[in-house]
Amino acid sequence: MVNLPLFIILPFGVAFFIPMVSRKFKWVPDVLGNITTFILLLLSLMTLNQEHVYHIGGWRAPFGIVLVLDGLSCLLLVIINLISFMSSLFSIEYLEKRYTSKLRYYSLFLLMVGGMNGTVLSGDLFNLFVFMEIASIASYALVGFGCEARELEASFKYLVMGNVGSLFVLYAVALLYGKTGTLNMADVARILKDIPYDNLIAFSFVLIISGFMIKSALVPFHAWLPDAHPSAPAPISAMLSGVVIKALGVYVVIRLIFNLFGFNHIISNILVYMGITSMIIGVCLAILQWDLKRLLAYHSISQMGYVFCGIGLGTTLGILGGIFHLFNHSLFKSLLFLDSGSIEYETETRDLNKMGLLYKKMPITSFSTLVASMSISGIPPFNGFWSKFIIILASIKAGRPIVALWAVIGSILTLSSFTKVCRYSIYGKGEKFDKEKWEKLKEVPDFMSIPLIILSILCIFTGLLLIGLENGIFGPVIDVLKGGVLEYINKVLGD
Amino acid sequence: MIYYLCFILFLIGLYGVCCKKNVVKIILGLWIMEYSVNLFLILLGYRKNGIPPIMSKEMDVIEFYKKAVDPLPQAMVLTSIVIGLGVLALMVTVAIRLYQRYGTFDITEMKKLKG
Repeated sequence: MVNLPLFIILPFGVAFFIPMVSRKFKWVPDVLGNITTFILLLLSLMTLNQEHVYHIGGWRAPFGIVLVLDGLSCLLLVIINLISFMSSLFSIEYLEKRYTSKLRYYSLFLLMVGGMNGTVLSGDLFNLFVFMEIASIASYALVGFGCEARELEASFKYLVMGNVGSLFVLYAVALLYGKTGTLNMADVARILKDIPYDNLIAFSFVLIISGFMIKSALVPFHAWLPDAHPSAPAPISAMLSGVVIKALGVYVVIRLIFNLFGFNHIISNILVYMGITSMIIGVCLAILQWDLKRLLAYHSISQMGYVFCGIGLGTTLGILGGIFHLFNHSLFKSLLFLDSGSIEYETETRDLNKMGLLYKKMPITSFSTLVASMSISGIPPFNGFWSKFIIILASIKAGRPIVALWAVIGSILTLSSFTKVCRYSIYGKGEKFDKEKWEKLKEVPDFMSIPLIILSILCIFTGLLLIGLENGIFGPVIDVLKGGVLEYINKVLGD
Repeated sequence: MIYYLCFILFLIGLYGVCCKKNVVKIILGLWIMEYSVNLFLILLGYRKNGIPPIMSKEMDVIEFYKKAVDPLPQAMVLTSIVIGLGVLALMVTVAIRLYQRYGTFDITEMKKLKG
């Protein structure tokens, strides 16, 4: 049995320890950071398919703070720690060339990982807020890590939007506390179930959900994302797009809707329509971009649309599709951002027009970009195909063919925009292609190409995770969501 | 009634964030929002003629339960003030750096990011 507080204590402790020792030894941040993320990855793999409620300090559930591990938390833990290990491995060489202060970088990085682990495990509304703030503050600082004009501008924008979101959440937590007199999520759910639904509950629902929607960047709230994600260093972009918007945004929204407020027809419609709008608007804006990382950032908005669309359908198949797409998106989007990082590392540009013919000089990067592009645009047999296919199938089965139609259109537009990426950067030439510079290019160092290879292999083979459909590896997740409010209450509070 | 006033304070802060063009004023707006939420939390636990939530041996439990203020919101407010301080420090640092790069506090002048 894994000790749950380790997921929170380990990264925070190491984040505190790194700045103390690494002024004398330059190699400490690299080694410690990578070892920590690797241990966290192993621990998270050990939690798979387990259920556990940990009472901090031995206090019983409604009074003390609890950490809850169930199917959904397990999946998110694996995603967070897998991507953070890949990113930290990638950072070793990447930061050497482009940035200066490694100890601050790893310290903030581990704070972010610890904050997200805490968010995913927390069973208490106020602790959820605290962990979310820790992860957010670290990510605000990491977005502005380069301290150039653009990065600071993006960081400030992200700070303002993110902080408004957090304050909405805090206000809603205060309202819920005033209404129910408890902060434990299961206990709040139990009380809300018994009292009649009134305006105060509706208001706090709207506040808390819109607060977390800002973090997950669905379309009306997306303005910060295309600035913040490209401005960060590439491994951080991979973390932000691959994990942060899911752990702080999507996970919490799903958890609150399914396990605290209860899922119904109206919420289902809201989620599906918001999903469709972000799907289409995100991809339409993405096609117009010439900056590689900005293009990828817009695709994050669009793919989050798919996730919400699938989960919003509320059927077993829909939830399976949404969750599977969440998992796949974290793999291929972080792979794409790491690729963009290694392209930027060699060519020192992000403009698609200035790149060209990379497949001759950087075979590993080009191959992994190709794999990830095919995955995100849904070409069989890559993982993205299966999840999109299930979402489309689920929406037809749920009697909503219009949703399926929009999903197909979004998928085609995605394919076209990634054809553009591959055409201009890898196999063709941009208009401002610089031949002399191209001659000097070479493949990125080993530590940068290893994560690319691992993630590409995962992208190709995770389609196999689908074996057994809802009884397979995603079964526990679907049980958590389908079980709804009652099962969550029973699990946390006991009988 | 006083809860509504808190909410109005929250909205004033939100107005500052949305409509002001100066970086410093935006930070002030966020700060007003933060304080209104903290005030709201404290007011939730407030009780007229209440006593501090510390129990001594000679007190009666039921008497104590009737009179004492709720300690949980106070603990929450302390945490949220600390978090707010962290965010504020980061925001002011970013604002100073922005001034160094752009030479102005006007956000309409900062538009290097487009698209």
